[in-house]
Amino acid sequence: MAFISRGFKGRRSSAADSSRLPPGQYLTTGFPVLSAGPTPHTPLEKWSFSITGEVDQDRTWTWAEFQALPAEDITADIHCVTKWSKLGTRWTGVPVSALLEGVESAADYVTAFSDGGYTTNLPLEDLVGGKAWVAFQYDGQPLDREHGGPARLLVPHLYLWKSAKWVRGLRLTLDDRPGFWESNGYNMYGDPWREQRYWGD
Amino acid sequence: MRELIPETPHVSTLVFEVPEWPGHLAGQHVDVRLTAEDGYQAQRSYSIASPPEDGAVALTVERLEEGEVSPYLVGEVRQGDQLELRGPIGGYFVWQAGSEPQRPVLLIGGGSGVVPLMAMIRHRHAAGAGTPMRLLYSSRSLEDVIYRAELDRLAGGGLAIVHTLTRSRPPGWTGYARRLDREMLAEVAWPVTLGAAIFICGPTSFVETASAGLVELGYPAASIRTERFGATGGTS
Amino acid sequence: MKQSDLKLDGNAIAGVLGEIFAVEMTVAEGTCAGCGNVAPMGAVDVYVNAPGIVVRCSACTQVLMTIVRGRDRTWLDLSGVRRLELRS
Repeated sequence: MAFISRGFKGRRSSAADSSRLPPGQYLTTGFPVLSAGPTPHTPLEKWSFSITGEVDQDRTWTWAEFQALPAEDITADIHCVTKWSKLGTRWTGVPVSALLEGVESAADYVTAFSDGGYTTNLPLEDLVGGKAWVAFQYDGQPLDREHGGPARLLVPHLYLWKSAKWVRGLRLTLDDRPGFWESNGYNMYGDPWREQRYWGD
Repeated sequence: MRELIPETPHVSTLVFEVPEWPGHLAGQHVDVRLTAEDGYQAQRSYSIASPPEDGAVALTVERLEEGEVSPYLVGEVRQGDQLELRGPIGGYFVWQAGSEPQRPVLLIGGGSGVVPLMAMIRHRHAAGAGTPMRLLYSSRSLEDVIYRAELDRLAGGGLAIVHTLTRSRPPGWTGYARRLDREMLAEVAWPVTLGAAIFICGPTSFVETASAGLVELGYPAASIRTERFGATGGTS
Repeated sequence: MKQSDLKLDGNAIAGVLGEIFAVEMTVAEGTCAGCGNVAPMGAVDVYVNAPGIVVRCSACTQVLMTIVRGRDRTWLDLSGVRRLELRS
């Protein structure tokens, strides 16, 4: 039994919505910034988003082309593996399904890749059907660089490390290939409701 | 905790008696781990402010209103309370009066970055060392200067203290009144040829400005040791 | 909060490294497998606000090591460090 620090509560909200919290998570005030490296600063004129890998044909969008795609408003609960959760967060983004429309592929998996070298892997079916977006606005404002702007992947039903910040594209793959954290102990899938944080969970 | 000493409006020192404390070196820190009743844990690192010659472990903590740990440490912890500490930790950002006693030392601190540097200053004094030492200390205002009276008292006998106040100054202030820059470093630092040991501690942006400035002035990078605090005021 | 303030240095993980390696690590010198830069572990770039600890070369920003602490295991990827010199 760990030593209890008398009177310590930590920076957490009351558990009023605790039914919406996956196991082991705590509600946070604020929006913690997590980073594995220096913040990339790709100017919008140089930014592009690509679908590549096991596809009939690569597809690329410039920022202007990307902004012209149909976007939707999203309200979602997000859960970080470091145990904080935020409920009812509001985003605007392009559904990944729209980006994959017309793409022919035998791939079952995807590696999302970002500026700075970060990667994360997901099953393709977790990115379609209204489950994932490439988000470029948070709370009605352009996405802050520290939160992954100009655009990040948003996959709320999985732990937030799968929602790659500074995302630049999706590489479709036949096999499930571990990304940055998945190569270092984090779960290949990452379902917060089954508390799949690490290998073997 | 044995004693709580308010230092400035936002900063206090907590003095702990740690049973079987193995002793420490000036510049080292401890990791503090807090556990709530439901098992939630938070951990932060705090530099030890007391010199090795003291038996107790003093931690000087800046209370950050948005912080998770500091408002608990400076606000809730009472005399007699116990905390979980791991340490002493660190071998890189450390100064010992006994090794290279003639080599001058330059200490550069930003805000609560002065804490490990104060341990070095107190250690120099307690060990009776005559090592030439200079502290360049950046604070927002005079009332934010931690250990002000003690620094005034210890100055002299080879120890020089230079303050810069970045946000507000008292009337009649004749000292530096701006953020650290290369010019200030050139005026305060020991001449390059003396081969001084340099320790810089504070927020990352402060440390990088000071370090880059010194390198541009010709100080060898190998003589410069840095310790960056996060925005949380400690290393979290 | 300045973005740059998220980047700390090896002093921030001295406790963690000391637990893993059983020796004081911040004075150990690491050689970056990417650019060959040699630096004491106290002076490398460290990111702790993340699912794990990421240690990067301060010269080229390549990842030197990552440390992930699971429930009862720690995963350590040292592939970015070509060599570590420890004082004995």
